Amino acid sequence: MSRTPQGTWAGLFSRRRFLAAGAALAASRPALAVARPLRIGTTAVILHDQVGFLNAWRAYLEAQLGAPVQFVQRGAYREINDLLRAEELDFAWVCGFPYARNRSLMQLLAMPLWDGRPLYRSYLIVPATDRTTASFADLAGRVFAYSDPDSNSGFLVPQYELYRLGNDPAAFFRRTFFTYAHSKVVLAVGQGLASGGAVDGYVWETMARQSPALTAATRVAWRSEEYGFPPLVARRSLPAATFDSVQGALIGMSGDPVGRTLLRTLNLDGFAPPEERVFDGIAGIVEFVAARQRLPA
Amino acid sequence: MTVLRDLSYRLKVPLSLSVVIVTTAVVVSAVLGVQTYRDQRRDLIGNAESLAVTLSRALVPVVLRDDVWKAYETIVAPLDLVRDDDLAQRTITILDAHGTIYASSHPLRFPMLGRIERADARLASLLPLLIAATERPIALEDSAGEQIVVAAPILADDATRLGTVMLTYPESLFLPRFYATVRQVVLSTLIVLALLVPIGWAIGDRIVEPLARLARAMTQVGARPAAEVVRPLYRGGDEIGQLGMQFSRMLHELEAKQALEREMIAADRLAALGRLTAGIAHEINNPLGGMMNALSTFRRHAQADPVAARTVSLLERGLQQIRETVGALLVEARLEPHALTREDLEDVRLLVHPEAEERSLRLDWRNDAPATLPLPSTQVRQILINLLLNAVNAAAERGRVACRVATSGSMLLLDVRNDGRPIPPELADRLFEPFASGDTRGSGLGLWVTYQIVQQLGGRISVTSIAPETAFTVWLPYSAPA
Repeated sequence: MSRTPQGTWAGLFSRRRFLAAGAALAASRPALAVARPLRIGTTAVILHDQVGFLNAWRAYLEAQLGAPVQFVQRGAYREINDLLRAEELDFAWVCGFPYARNRSLMQLLAMPLWDGRPLYRSYLIVPATDRTTASFADLAGRVFAYSDPDSNSGFLVPQYELYRLGNDPAAFFRRTFFTYAHSKVVLAVGQGLASGGAVDGYVWETMARQSPALTAATRVAWRSEEYGFPPLVARRSLPAATFDSVQGALIGMSGDPVGRTLLRTLNLDGFAPPEERVFDGIAGIVEFVAARQRLPA
Repeated sequence: MTVLRDLSYRLKVPLSLSVVIVTTAVVVSAVLGVQTYRDQRRDLIGNAESLAVTLSRALVPVVLRDDVWKAYETIVAPLDLVRDDDLAQRTITILDAHGTIYASSHPLRFPMLGRIERADARLASLLPLLIAATERPIALEDSAGEQIVVAAPILADDATRLGTVMLTYPESLFLPRFYATVRQVVLSTLIVLALLVPIGWAIGDRIVEPLARLARAMTQVGARPAAEVVRPLYRGGDEIGQLGMQFSRMLHELEAKQALEREMIAADRLAALGRLTAGIAHEINNPLGGMMNALSTFRRHAQADPVAARTVSLLERGLQQIRETVGALLVEARLEPHALTREDLEDVRLLVHPEAEERSLRLDWRNDAPATLPLPSTQVRQILINLLLNAVNAAAERGRVACRVATSGSMLLLDVRNDGRPIPPELADRLFEPFASGDTRGSGLGLWVTYQIVQQLGGRISVTSIAPETAFTVWLPYSAPA
């Protein structure tokens, strides 16, 4: 239901300009030798999962790497995990929660930088008409929208917060449901389907910038502390050369005019080298919640 | 009603046509309107039912998975919530098997997990029907008559009822469309009326026009002589045409009757005058004869006194003039042994000829009389002389006088014509009376004498005076020679 026009990318970049830019860069870099296209899995962690944007980004990366790139869009994080395990995917942009639980399966590739830091918050949003709610405690017995059971900001953080406040998340709300996308949580709360929802703060802020009408129907009632931003990961079995090339291409985006334009659309400042300790916070609440509900860590 | 009865048909017929046209238009419009209303309502319900059925099928796996968000996306998809028009007033709601709201396109009106009857009291009475085990969609109306409610069951493959898809449409949703249609119908009707009513008016006027003319003509009857009544000119086999023809015939008869009456009155008057003059003449003649005898005796025996002789002579001349005048007034057919011959009539021509000559007239003469006729010659000659002298006097300068004598059956016909000024109408009725013309040239008794003679001979005299000809015609019966 996100209403950003598909034409945005077609307007900003013609395919020809991309290829020309790519060809120039490719000439200065050794091409990556790969047996098959590099497959990158994306989830609802980024807002711009539209075909037009991904095509533009793919063209950029192909030009940078000199190798074919393929984006694979999947609705739920769980599917991405399975595909990484099966080596169907080489890379993925996942949430910090699945990363913290599946470090054996994936290694950090790059850290997105938002406001200059690889950190974000989880937001508790309520309909704009609700002027009183200030925390989860005010939503007892109501309908609540989670984004994804494998999302840190959209599921884990509210679970943790409810436990911390002394409630059983399974019984606290009258009814809960998953929308499998942060933007749809904003919609569900804005339309009044749910009385509250947990949403990725970065997604909400980006939507507020790009589709203010949708976020205007909601109000941020509570912000969590900062957690590691959803990282880009690679499967453990990936050859080091490929890993390095793709990491270089991502980190180099902020130094490239086309790359910067793509980053602007993502509402990000750039990509940084991995920092493992950024996810300590998520790992901590995973443990905390698992201890309460014997969640397999 | 009285007003309607007094109204002219020139208004009544076009008015009736207009009323028929307007009534037809109104009835047709009303029928169309009602039909449109029904059609639109049926279409709307039909569409809603098929939408409900489609949704109910699509929702089976979603409800089985208990995926509220997917269910919401499914029911919101057919609605365009961004649009803010009548269609946006439609709602789609999923109820579970007990009537609890599972999800709604309008969660503020139908909050999740709420009871439908609490969300909208108007739907409370429909609840048993909404969750009843039916296989087909149903269309209902809420208790306030403000919403059309269409519901279809969500049935699992084994026909277990999972819930209900309920669509509500405000009744007002299709009212604007209905009004638009009605407006269009009314507008076209008005245009058609604007064309038909004047046409109807013109046709009605044309139909009634001959009737109106007939009515106008009829009002003239009695007010003026039948001959002067303007005849309606409409010919046709229809009722008005027949009426017109009957009216014309009636006028002709009336005219003939009026002419006859006039003739009879004139004849009666002339007969009375005749009797009067005859009586007066006899009363005058008796003493007159005595007086003249006395004067004659006096002249013979008395001494000649010059004064007396002059006085007696004066008296004698005066009495002689009275005798002549009375004699002229008293027309009496004396026994006439001498039968009329053709030559007697030719003599008249010779007699009149100098007079005609004097006025440079042309005298057309045609005498077809047989050699002899059993009629008194003196009287017939006098008739002809009188008529011819009148004609010569009346004819235009260098004009023409025509005379024709003929027999037909046992009638002698004398026909005398001139081309002078026609006889003035006010004179026509009194033409044969003594001194009628006021003409000082003659005795003023010519036509009177003529008329008296014709009457005494059992004949008939008539006059027609239509410019440029005046004709006197005399018929005299005679007994056919044995």
